[in-house]
Amino acid sequence: MAGSRPLGHGVVTSLPIVALGTRPAGRVARSGRVWLRLEGNGVGSVTATVAPSTTPNVILWFRTFRAITASGFRRYSTYRQAAVAGIVTNVVFGFLRCYVLLAVAGGAGAAAGYDRRQLATFVWVGQGLLTVILLWGWTELADRIRTGDITGDLLRPVNPVTAYLATDLGRAGYAALARLVPPALVGPLFFDVYVPTRWSTLPLAVGAVTAAVVLCFACRYLVNATAYWLTDVRGPLILWTLGSGVLAGLYFPLRFLPEAVYVPLWIATPFPSLLQTPLDVLVERDPLPVQVALVAVQLGWAVLLLAACRLVQRRAERRLVVQGG
Amino acid sequence: MTEVISARGLRKEFTVRVKAGRLRRVTQVRAAVDGLDLRVERGEMLGYIGPNGAGKSTTLKMLTGVLTPTAGDVRVCGLRPVAQRTRLALRIGVVFGQRSQLWWDLPLRESFDLLRHVYRVPAAEHAARLRRCRALLDLDGFLAVPVRQLSLGQRMRGELTAALLHGPEVLFLDEPTIGLDVVSRQAVRGFLAELGRAGDTTLVLTTHDLADIERLCRRLVVVDHGRIVHDGTIADLHRRYGSRRLVVADLDVPLPQPPVLPGAPLRQVAADGHRLVYALESAGVADVVAGLAGVASLRDVAVVEPDIEEVVARLYRSPADPAQAADPAGPASAQVAGPADPVGPSPTQAADPPESAPTAGGPAETAATG
Repeated sequence: MAGSRPLGHGVVTSLPIVALGTRPAGRVARSGRVWLRLEGNGVGSVTATVAPSTTPNVILWFRTFRAITASGFRRYSTYRQAAVAGIVTNVVFGFLRCYVLLAVAGGAGAAAGYDRRQLATFVWVGQGLLTVILLWGWTELADRIRTGDITGDLLRPVNPVTAYLATDLGRAGYAALARLVPPALVGPLFFDVYVPTRWSTLPLAVGAVTAAVVLCFACRYLVNATAYWLTDVRGPLILWTLGSGVLAGLYFPLRFLPEAVYVPLWIATPFPSLLQTPLDVLVERDPLPVQVALVAVQLGWAVLLLAACRLVQRRAERRLVVQGG
Repeated sequence: MTEVISARGLRKEFTVRVKAGRLRRVTQVRAAVDGLDLRVERGEMLGYIGPNGAGKSTTLKMLTGVLTPTAGDVRVCGLRPVAQRTRLALRIGVVFGQRSQLWWDLPLRESFDLLRHVYRVPAAEHAARLRRCRALLDLDGFLAVPVRQLSLGQRMRGELTAALLHGPEVLFLDEPTIGLDVVSRQAVRGFLAELGRAGDTTLVLTTHDLADIERLCRRLVVVDHGRIVHDGTIADLHRRYGSRRLVVADLDVPLPQPPVLPGAPLRQVAADGHRLVYALESAGVADVVAGLAGVASLRDVAVVEPDIEEVVARLYRSPADPAQAADPAGPASAQVAGPADPVGPSPTQAADPPESAPTAGGPAETAATG
C-alpha cells in the first residue's frame, strides 16, 4: 500500500473485531473510508466511517493557494533576460514621461495639485507599478482557450479563477522585486522625488497596490475570457490596451482633467483604481480620509470584478467547445 | 463489483455554420456523440477506439466534466462530472496525449511538488507514489529540466506521473502513446500494464495504436459517428467479423489442385502455388497440417494470428453491423432495446452483436469534432 497516514487523524467508529493497536496505520480516503489490513485477525477489509480530517478546509485551501502563488513567483522568475530588457524600456520611458510632466508643471512648479517632486515620484513609481499590476501583455488565458489547453486547467480540483489569481499574485510578487525596485531607484538619482511624510501612507499604499494587482488581474481575466466566445481576442485586447492606458492615469495623471470628468470616471469605471489610486495614495495628493475612500473604491471594484470573473467562467464552461482531439 | 462510470443516452451536439450560397450561411447541428451507453466497472481496463472524429475525445471530455453533455446522464465515481467537476478532479487522473497539463516553465520536480498541494495529497503518500513512478518510468534523468525542454517521450512520462500522483480511482488516457518512439511507447505500455495488474485503478484508454489495446485492454469499445458499434473483448470482435487464424503452408512442389480440408477453407494460393493459406474455422492447426502433409511435401508452416488492425479498418469503413444487414428488424430492435433496458448493456451482454450494435449510419448529421 503506497503511503499511509496514521489513523490518529480521525475517530474510527463502529469498527468490529480489530483493535486499532493491531495495525499501526491504515489508509484514510477523502470519502471517509478507512482501509485496514487485518493481520492475524482474519482476512478481508473493514469499512468504517472516520470523522473529517482535523485540519480545517480553509487552512488546506490557503496552503493550496500559497503553493500556487509560490509557483507563480518561480515561473516568472525564470525569464531573466526579458526582465532586464523590460527594465531598460521602463527606465527610458520614465525619463521621457518625467521631463514632459515637469515641463507641464513649468515655472509655477505645480500642476493639477502635484508639485514637481510629487510628479517625479508619480512617474518613476508608476513605471515600476506598470509591470507589477501588469496592465498589458497578458494573453495566457486567451491562448489556452484558443489552443484548447484550457482543458488542463479545468481538470484540476481548483477553480480556474482562483488558480490564475494565485499565480498572478506570485508573478506580481516577483515583479515587485525585479521590476518595481529598479525604476524606483533610478528616478531619485536624476530627479528630486517626493517621499511620503504620513505614517499611515505606507500601509495604505501597500494595500492600494495589492488591490490594484487583484483588480487588474480581474480586468485582464475578463478581457481574455472573451476568447471563450470569440476565439480571437485581438480586438478586445486593443480596446483594453488603449482604454486602460488613458483611463488608468498612465499617460497623464487623471487630475489634469476637469473634476466633472475624472470623478465619475473614478467611481463608475475600474480604470483609475488600477494605477492612479495607488500613486495618488503614495504621493499624498489628498488628505487621509480621501486616501482611505480611494482605496475603498478600489476594493469594491476588485470584489465586483472577481465575482464577474467567476460568473463569466461558469457561463463559459457551459458552452465550451474544445476542438480537435 | 462496483460501477465507476455509467453513461446513459449521452449526447453532445455542436453547431457549425456551413456556407450555403454566396453570402448565406446555414447553422447545422451535428452530434459528435449520439446516444452513448457505457458502463465501466472498477478495475476494468477499457480500450475506447474509433476513427478520427468518431467522438472519442468528446466522450472523454464529457466524462471528465470539461464539456457539458447536450443530453443524457453521466456518473463518474458517483459524481456528476460537470456539476461536481472540482470534486471529481480529486478522484480521476487525465492524460491528453496532445496537450500538456504540466507547467511549461517549471522543472518536473517542482510541477510534481505543486501538484501535491493542488491535490492536497499527504506528503508521505505523494513521495511513495513518486518513488514508484520514478523507478518504473525512469524519470530521474530529467526531473530538474523545465518541461518546455523535455522531449515528447520524457514529457509523456511526466504527464503520466502527474496524473497518478494523487492516486486517482479512474485514469483517462487520450492517445498517450501518440508520437512516441518504440522505447518510450514500451515504457508507457509496461507502466500501464503494471497499473492494471494492481487492479484498483480503472483505466479508459483511447488510441489509434491497436497494439496498445491488445497489450492492455481486455474490453474494447469501438465508436463511430458517435455511437458504439462494438463492445466486448478483442476475441469477440474477431468472432463477429469472421476473422480467423491462418495457416500458411509453403510447399516444395506446387500441387495441381490444392486439397479441400474440412473446417478450413482455402483463402489464398500464392507464389505460383508454392504457398497455400487456409483459414481455421472449425479445424485445428494439426488437422490442416496433417491434411496437407498427406498430399504434399511441406517446406514450412506458419500460423498467423488474425490482424486486429484489419478487422478494425473494416469496422471503420462499414460501421453497419453485419448482423444487422442480415436482419432487417435490427435497427428497430436496437432502438427499442435502449429504453427497455435502463441499465444499458453490460460488458458480457454486449459481446452479443445484435444487442451491442445500435443503428450505425442512423441520423445523417454526425460530427467531425474530435
